[in-house]
Amino acid sequence: MTGTYLGMPAFPKAAADAVHNPTLRGNLRHATHTIRAKRAKAVGELSDWAELREAGRRIKDHTLRHLDRYLLQLEESVTAAGGTVHWAADADEANRIVARLVKETGESEVVKVKSMATQEIGLNEALEAEGIRAYETDLAELIVQLCKDRPSHILVPAIHRNRGEIRDIFRAEMGEWGRPTPEDLTDAPAELAEAARLHLREKFLRAKVGISGANFMVAETGTLVVVESEGNGRMCLTLPETLISVVGIEKVVPAWRDLEVFLQTLPRSSTAERMNPYTSMWTGTTDEDGPRTFHLVLLDNGRTDTLADRVGRQALRCIRCSACLNVCPVYERAGGHAYGSVYPGPIGAILSPQLRGTASEIDASLPYASSLCGACYEVCPVAIDIPEVLVHLRERVVEGGPAVREGNRVVLRPAKGHAAERAAMRAARWAFSHPGALRAGQRLASRTRRLHPRTLPGPGRAWSGTRDLPAVPPEPFRDWWQRTRGGKDGAR
Amino acid sequence: MNSRERVLGRVRRALADVTPQDRPYEEAVPRDYLREHGELTVRQTVELLAENLADYRAIVHRADGEELPLLVTRLLAERGAREVLVPPGLPPEWLPAAGPVRIHDRAADTPQRLDRVDSVVTGCAVAIAETGTIVLDGSPDQGRRRISLVPDHHICVVRVPEQVVSSVPQALERLDPTRPLTWISGPSATSDIELDRVEGVHGPRTLEVILLGRPLSA
Repeated sequence: MTGTYLGMPAFPKAAADAVHNPTLRGNLRHATHTIRAKRAKAVGELSDWAELREAGRRIKDHTLRHLDRYLLQLEESVTAAGGTVHWAADADEANRIVARLVKETGESEVVKVKSMATQEIGLNEALEAEGIRAYETDLAELIVQLCKDRPSHILVPAIHRNRGEIRDIFRAEMGEWGRPTPEDLTDAPAELAEAARLHLREKFLRAKVGISGANFMVAETGTLVVVESEGNGRMCLTLPETLISVVGIEKVVPAWRDLEVFLQTLPRSSTAERMNPYTSMWTGTTDEDGPRTFHLVLLDNGRTDTLADRVGRQALRCIRCSACLNVCPVYERAGGHAYGSVYPGPIGAILSPQLRGTASEIDASLPYASSLCGACYEVCPVAIDIPEVLVHLRERVVEGGPAVREGNRVVLRPAKGHAAERAAMRAARWAFSHPGALRAGQRLASRTRRLHPRTLPGPGRAWSGTRDLPAVPPEPFRDWWQRTRGGKDGAR
Repeated sequence: MNSRERVLGRVRRALADVTPQDRPYEEAVPRDYLREHGELTVRQTVELLAENLADYRAIVHRADGEELPLLVTRLLAERGAREVLVPPGLPPEWLPAAGPVRIHDRAADTPQRLDRVDSVVTGCAVAIAETGTIVLDGSPDQGRRRISLVPDHHICVVRVPEQVVSSVPQALERLDPTRPLTWISGPSATSDIELDRVEGVHGPRTLEVILLGRPLSA
């Protein structure tokens, strides 16, 4: 994934910094609680939510299980409709393809629709290195781009900024990129939106190349779908002469009809609306309406490695609604940046270590960025069992084992820094399989309970530094049971 | 080996656990969700459309065929529109003989030219009551996608009840995926600043929907 995030500190350190930032915590708490309540209401309007969720899960699972077939069908449909399909095995290759396509148009600037895939591959930076300027046009992405920040939420990337900060950013930076703000700009959201409208309109009207991602691609028809709210997406998708869409291979669905499920579940789960203000659907090119040239870049970049993991592959069902972020008690306090990836929150904690591998410190720490409370699984509109994958990835980090990296089978070694955990697990395994020893140990622990330290020594210090050690009871449960019930069946 | 072969090869190796006996698509996906929510009469469905459009800050009007040109004239006048963009196949009787100058969208026109137009009047392909959505498919009465995007004021005429469906599944059945489709639910909006909803960022800031037809009984 993008170099922007390389060298990020591991989650616990980044999160500790975020937790001490009261502005960030306030912004996040307000935002996540607001959208959480709205979402529950929007979902509650549909009496068949459980059936839609199950259908969504099954469509995605079926597609993933036959992904080769559906990708080939998609390629054929898009080509037949006048588009050109490119395949990119990794981020570098996708960036090279897009840069070449832009250069072939003779242009040196492009307008962009907010897209997770292009953020993931660091497209803007790669284009800049080639002398091409990419303008983000989603209001929140614009804010993030103007102040050289990083997005912290999938749906609302500038969720960590409040209106005062946004006004200051607009005033200071807009003039550098194009039309400056009015002198007397206040922090009223309507005024800020108007400033963005005027600033971006001159770019939309002259842009010759647009770059987007897609929420869905229909194999049967070759149709691409983008859902959005502001109209910046429609501008980028319809005004330029050339459109380049960079889309992860997991975004394909088999049939036109499948959209009836996701167009009901996605808006309600993400923005908590019955329907987002604008949805654009296009199939190849249309004479005299919209771009004359359409390129689709199909992106792997770790997705096939994820697909090879039978427990972890369910993460590829994700439709990027961000409902899991908004209910997550860890995200609410740590903020999006702590996850060190364009995919923050619970979904990021399982997606990033699979797309990038668990070799780096941040990726090895992400499976632990959770309390395993399960709220993310409850709200997920495609029923991704995030806690299950988190536990699976924790095991991979601690124990190592077989995995697939860049298409090759590898055997991972246990990650560094988990020796104590591994030793504890081994000890627990031994103790549980030797009942006599377990009993003796428990009795010893009970008798010495007054002597126990409040914090653990040595490698356990990090663990007990953020938690209270559980108090050892005066008597082991099994002894208590033996004494009070005499070990007989049937309580009185 | 090119990247296409490489990616497809990786996909196939990753799916070594999938057997040829895997359930086919038709069996793999249960379709026991509802085709529409609640059993509404035609009139109730139209009422729901009006309600949900208004809930998302579209302005809803009703007119029969005779009233329509007068209503359109009034709406354009209220906006002070000097020029109104019309798609090539817009029924001529929808607009008044007098009124703002009619501009036709020519392929050679630049987006900057369209940006100087105040208002646009279009028809639609279908309207969805449950979500308050109108869908445009580029037919002659709707025109190119850009005309309902660049001007700041969009008047959309929905033929009632024939163009109204209850639900998203019913709408998809009626639509042709080979056409460019634009689904519109209320005017352009953003919630990016502290999640406060602000109407009108890049698309039209005002969306007026006219439900065209005789009042429905029961």
